[in-house]
Amino acid sequence: MSSMDLAWSDSEQRFRHDVREWLHEALPRWRAMVGDEPKSGDTREGFAQHLVWERMLHDARYAAVSWPARFGGRDASLWEWLIFEDEYYAAGGPPRITQNGIFLLAPTLFEFGSDEQQAGVLRRMAAAEDLWCQGWSEPGAGSDLAAIRSRARRVDGGWRLDGQKTWTTRGAFCTHLFGLFRSDEESERHRGLSYLMVPLDLPGITVRGFGRLDGDEGFAEVFFDDAFVSDEAIPGGVVLGTPGEGWSVAMATTGSERGLTLRSPGRFRATMVRLLDLARSRDRPDLADRLVEAWISTEAYELSTLETVTGIVGGAAVGAESSLNKLWWSELDVELHLIARELLEGEFEGDDAWSKGWQFALSGPIYAGTNEIQRNIAAERLLGLPRR
Amino acid sequence: MHFAFDPDQEAFASATAELFDDLASPTALRDAWDAVPGALDRSVWRSLSAMGVLDACAPESVGGLGLDELSLVLVLEEAGRVGLPHPLVETASVAAPLLRSPLDGRMITSDLGGRSAPCAADADLFLIAQGDVLHLVDRTTVTVEEAPSLDGGRRLGDVGWNGGVSTVLAEGPEALEIARLRGALGTAAELLGLGRAALDLAVVHAVDRQQFGVAIGSFQAVKHALADVAKDLHFARPLVHRAAHSLATGDEDRVLHVAAAKARASRAAERAARAALQCHGAIGYTVEHDLHLFLKRIWTITPAWGSPATHRRRIARSLGL
Repeated sequence: MSSMDLAWSDSEQRFRHDVREWLHEALPRWRAMVGDEPKSGDTREGFAQHLVWERMLHDARYAAVSWPARFGGRDASLWEWLIFEDEYYAAGGPPRITQNGIFLLAPTLFEFGSDEQQAGVLRRMAAAEDLWCQGWSEPGAGSDLAAIRSRARRVDGGWRLDGQKTWTTRGAFCTHLFGLFRSDEESERHRGLSYLMVPLDLPGITVRGFGRLDGDEGFAEVFFDDAFVSDEAIPGGVVLGTPGEGWSVAMATTGSERGLTLRSPGRFRATMVRLLDLARSRDRPDLADRLVEAWISTEAYELSTLETVTGIVGGAAVGAESSLNKLWWSELDVELHLIARELLEGEFEGDDAWSKGWQFALSGPIYAGTNEIQRNIAAERLLGLPRR
Repeated sequence: MHFAFDPDQEAFASATAELFDDLASPTALRDAWDAVPGALDRSVWRSLSAMGVLDACAPESVGGLGLDELSLVLVLEEAGRVGLPHPLVETASVAAPLLRSPLDGRMITSDLGGRSAPCAADADLFLIAQGDVLHLVDRTTVTVEEAPSLDGGRRLGDVGWNGGVSTVLAEGPEALEIARLRGALGTAAELLGLGRAALDLAVVHAVDRQQFGVAIGSFQAVKHALADVAKDLHFARPLVHRAAHSLATGDEDRVLHVAAAKARASRAAERAARAALQCHGAIGYTVEHDLHLFLKRIWTITPAWGSPATHRRRIARSLGL
């Protein structure tokens, strides 16, 4: 075993350099192509603009750097993935509209998907030809996800789907949905669920977008009304993993969502850097302590990630610590934007980046399992406190 | 990039932890509170000496192991976990790397980290700063006056040196600053362990204590408070480990890194103390229960070796705020 080493290797530094150079050249090119101020990716117009960007990323093989080259990646190490994320956000790269597919479905496909499913889905996902949204939450199943009632009934050659999904991010603009459906009618709670991959353009499926708190049409509800999805709709089959075992298949992606993959430290580092720039332009000694604490928290998140990746590279599994991670980044993001509000005072409303960012930050403690659920998980699984 | 300790460093810490299990129980800590000045039990100290912990960071030329901060930081975390009453930070972190002659198991204390020196009535040697010079002196050249100790396990004393014979261990502002950084790092590591001790006690209590017919640890109010403590400690640790690495490698940002470690470990431990007391309820508010031993250590070493405010100011300056 090697001793502690906090330096990047030569090849990692070259990778960083290449990524930086490319972003430096490509981001202005994209902005020029779509009109200098792209709209939010969570609006119809903005989504189309961001699709252009996603395809540029794919053409340069930066859409999913850690994937195998045959699916459009670069076989990059986890370290290089972190470096890519650092550079991406430092350069002001836009939020990834493909992220639910790339960061949530793809890790599950790598773990549970057949070769045929992987080949059929991943390449098109990386190329932003298929756009994936997540179909887990329902009107009656939010924090209590196991209360899912949407049904998948086995019929000749496929499945019949009924029910309703909601809070589906960018659902109105996506082409496909991955979600949990109750495939065993008699089953309850975590049993009898199946993880399905479903094209959204089928008869019997209706998608209705609606406005989030920030005004963007970022949410959708998806209605399934006896919709037939053929086994062939996805190469290798629409069920991911074993039918009826959907809960454990899905939990593999919640780990990703709470933990490492959805929230790389690069995002918060970039926000922190912007915040420090803002703070230096104002004379606000009253906020110095909060800024310092936020800076420490940003450092802590970065270092904790390095520790986690060291563990993963050495073969360790990420456990319930991912709940602590989720608490940390979501609370940090809120605090960074709260400080910005304090600094900006009356100018806050007119500052689109900070005001949008503030509203978006507030979703962090809610989505991917509310922070209350995360605290329960941490208390029960890390500390061993009794469930009831 | 490899942000983990090597197996030797981990083994060193777990060997120390086993030693503490045997010799540094809460009962031993209570005995330290009650011991008359000069009569502190040294059995754990002697074992630490035999294991090579005390002079692990002393140069090999004086019989040390020539190890660095990375080998000691996990050990200090374990010392915090048991509330070790002996001046391990002063001896092993601050003085040992500067020693000019073998330590031979002696106990070194110092008031470099605060107004008074811990274990002053029991220490064999004293590290004293005069201007930019660090002197090591023995008992014959100092006066020790008992100082008020909120934490009876720290046994503070005010040390006066008559200027008599000394060994100069270091000179110059940089050497003095590194000594202070080592003290701050060691204290940060102890605070992590102390915070963990408070959390562990709270968890045991929350599982055992029944109210309304159930364990109080099944209530979300209790769960969430303790989950937050676990979160704060979890994210304070890598800051302390990175600071150890920065001191060991002479990183140019070591001042900043130690400041972040000390400020955040203090905050995490203080929060652990507060939540642990609240979750214990009235039983935690007694001297019969062990909890207060750890709370008082947390409260009294938080300001040592640079208060959180001092370290925050350093960071603010370096960030240009």
